[in-house]
Amino acid sequence: MQQLKMNVNQKEVTLNVEPNTLLVQALRESLHLTGTHVGCDTAQCGACTVLMDGRSIKSCNVLALQAAGSHITTIEGLAQKDGTLHPMQAAFKECHGLQCGFCTPGMVMSAVDLCSRHPNADEAQIREQLEGNLCRCTGYQNIVKAVQMGAANMK
Amino acid sequence: MGASDFSNLPHIGESVRRKEDYRFLTGAGQYTDDIDLPNMTHAYFVRSPHAHAKVLSVDTAAALKSPGVIEVFTGRDVQGDKINGLPCGWLITSTDGQPMKEPAHPILALDRVRYVGDHVAMVVAETLEQARAAAELVEVHYEELPSVVDVAQVSAKGAHLPVLHPEAPDNLCYHWAIGDKGQVDEAFKHAHHVTKLDLINNRLVPNAMEPRAAIGSYNRASDEYTLYVSNQNPHVERLLMTAFVMGLPEHKVRVIAPDVGGGFGSKIYLYAEDVCLTWASKKLNRNIKWNCERGEAFLSDAHGRDHASHAEMALDKDGHFLALRVHTNANLGAYLSTFATAVPTILYATLLAGQYKTPQIYVEVDAWFTNTAPVDAYRGAGRPEATYLLERLVSRAAWEMGMGQDEIRTKNFIQQFPYQTPVALQYDVGDFHACMSQAQQKADVSGYAKRKADSQARGMLRGVGYSSYIEACGIAPSNIAGALGARAGLFECGEVRVHPTGSVTVFTGSHSHGQGHETTFAQVVAARLGLSVDQVDVVHGDTGRVPFGMGTYGSRSISVGGAAIMRAIDKIETKAKKIAAHLLEASDVDIEFKNGEFTVKGTDKKVTFGQVALTAYVPHNYPLDKLEPGLNETAFYDPTNFTFPAGTYICEVEIDPQTGVTRVDRFTAVDDFGTIINPMIVEGQIHGGLVQGIGQALLENCVYDPQTGQLLTGSFMDYTMPRADDFPHFEIGHVCTPCTHNPLGTKGCGEAGAIGSPPAVINAVLDALAPLGVKDLDMPATPHRVWAAIQKASHA
Repeated sequence: MQQLKMNVNQKEVTLNVEPNTLLVQALRESLHLTGTHVGCDTAQCGACTVLMDGRSIKSCNVLALQAAGSHITTIEGLAQKDGTLHPMQAAFKECHGLQCGFCTPGMVMSAVDLCSRHPNADEAQIREQLEGNLCRCTGYQNIVKAVQMGAANMK
Repeated sequence: MGASDFSNLPHIGESVRRKEDYRFLTGAGQYTDDIDLPNMTHAYFVRSPHAHAKVLSVDTAAALKSPGVIEVFTGRDVQGDKINGLPCGWLITSTDGQPMKEPAHPILALDRVRYVGDHVAMVVAETLEQARAAAELVEVHYEELPSVVDVAQVSAKGAHLPVLHPEAPDNLCYHWAIGDKGQVDEAFKHAHHVTKLDLINNRLVPNAMEPRAAIGSYNRASDEYTLYVSNQNPHVERLLMTAFVMGLPEHKVRVIAPDVGGGFGSKIYLYAEDVCLTWASKKLNRNIKWNCERGEAFLSDAHGRDHASHAEMALDKDGHFLALRVHTNANLGAYLSTFATAVPTILYATLLAGQYKTPQIYVEVDAWFTNTAPVDAYRGAGRPEATYLLERLVSRAAWEMGMGQDEIRTKNFIQQFPYQTPVALQYDVGDFHACMSQAQQKADVSGYAKRKADSQARGMLRGVGYSSYIEACGIAPSNIAGALGARAGLFECGEVRVHPTGSVTVFTGSHSHGQGHETTFAQVVAARLGLSVDQVDVVHGDTGRVPFGMGTYGSRSISVGGAAIMRAIDKIETKAKKIAAHLLEASDVDIEFKNGEFTVKGTDKKVTFGQVALTAYVPHNYPLDKLEPGLNETAFYDPTNFTFPAGTYICEVEIDPQTGVTRVDRFTAVDDFGTIINPMIVEGQIHGGLVQGIGQALLENCVYDPQTGQLLTGSFMDYTMPRADDFPHFEIGHVCTPCTHNPLGTKGCGEAGAIGSPPAVINAVLDALAPLGVKDLDMPATPHRVWAAIQKASHA
């Protein structure tokens, strides 16, 4: 066991983790932040996407100890304290960008990062940038629409 | 209330934003793996690495000594406790009158494994890591046997082939047929032209994004079991597990399907893991969690499709269809999954009339055991296979006869309803011409020639493909399904509980795993009772809270589950009118109910729904001598017929002849789902279905190695899942001919996209490649396959 200090959703946390503990395990099992999901075992699906120092990463593909000293934002940390949704969350609801909800947290975190890097992304760019996130329900069309709306409202 | 009155109510046809979204968007959804019970242990399954082998011994000694291990269970333990195998829910009878071959489907293998991933042992340990590590230490001695995975190979028979089950010495589960062979053969004698086609409907892996998961829990105090499971129909799961497998009293078992991250059919079934966890939770007196890894999901979830067919269409000189003759070999996998046997028969062959007035149809189906994962219903279940075959055949016939793809379809469309097909179904209503003409308009067919010229100028090939599908949803009625072999009823339940302050909780046997029932069903209730959608909550997925229901599959939820809720509301309305009549000092026959208010005909006297609800529970001024207090009604609804969604899809592809890369450039879908309650949700269902269907046509393919029986496409690295940049923006349109036999006029929309789209894509690909001489291509039309077909044709 090794000690890990990081900031998760604006809170300093200290955990004891094994050297092989994945970041997603630390988030789900130690911090009970179960909004971050695991949908595959090959880092393909993107359901575990969180923000690490503002950039989206697949938390199944990062050791917990690699996150030492970093700022992590999970889906639980995106809305305001009073429950008001982040513009990207609100856009997903408005555009019906989710169905079963399982890929949604990762998709939203990816979208937030996408829009901070490419605030003026067009439809083709958004589709390409979402390559790392699989959704089996929506057919992506409304996700693309949501990202466009979210991007506009984040400006 | 009739369908046309219903469709004019407030909230009906309104794109109400979903009530369930807030929890999913904030990480508050609760999927099975998110549930953390005290004293939790973790299970890991030892699976067969071989496609076919004798199990000579299973040595658990080393695993049992491994840190944290509590127990290791094998097939002998299952046998010792008299736990039965998994049942099949649909009995198919062969043409010779013999019942299908129904070999045992053990939850843990005894002396034989029959596919890679077959369950051999379950390790339970304090942590998942400990269970996984100990599973490596379970020593299984196998004697490998030859395997057969391919349906074409197994159906060719032959002495060299391995036999999976002694009950089925030639690996045949059943030989089944429908239609009048004599009449069909006679019609073929008089044909002006016969179009023939051999095709394969490729095997698919459902891949819901949430892998299967389960928690077995046992309460010693009450002697009750609780199974949390990612499942589409918890009551069916409980019934199969208690009555058929474990011999438990049903009232001692509660099945909870909490938030479920997609199903697409793969979570209908009772799986071995679910039984193992429930059984072992009592033996160990511990809660046991199992969360399927994606690799395990590829190996052990029920797969979809996997048909090889030969079809022939007889036509007259004007292109009218005279008769259709089909033979299909269907791969059922190693064992019979819950509804496997109904898919290539009842759900497939009966759909082969399509939208056409083909007078005679004869279909033969041979269903085979192979050394592959069980195959069962996957989004569409039989109807995509039927639509793909028929719509490929129809476009080919058009090309052979020098007709347009639209012309041959419209010439043969059924126009009079009800229409009795030669393959058992009776279509109640539809307007196929309206779907075709709207699709052509939305697809800008008139601009196609210019787009084709533009493509050619860039050295690209362009093609257009049509598909006019019909499907059957909401399998029914129960007595007919029973006569056809169903071992379950096919009704649905709905309970409407009005609270004293006028808000409502609805309990439905339908289950949402992404479809948005919590919103759509709330709209139905709010519309009927004059409430806001926020005042209605929908509860589903828990046998401990909901009356016995049949769950969600076959696009049945709104037409069957919604209809049950409508019936319950009828009862609520009838009783509420009596209460209102008492309060208004009038006769209940004079009471009218509209927009949440009860009025006395011809007067301005009125009382609100809220006042009536409060009176029902605070019955101070109440006709207690004639009426019970309370306002809580349950109804069960058994439909009188299937519903028949139908539509026309038009696809345009552009192909790079240098690389074979096919890009879907335009896709138009016009569907007739009858009444639409929430257009936003319905269009979302179409988008998702289209991506799964286009995925089947261009990307997805489940492949077993023909020599070793190993699954070659066992991860997202090898199995091509559709991604956002594989698709254009879809054009969607609707035609509405309300279903004539349910009170909502709805038909169901969950599967249409996956049913209608594959032939539209492949017809477009073949249209594009026709100038190069390519006449045939099987799904998926990957760049390599397309390129190879071009090369082959150019060297022919």
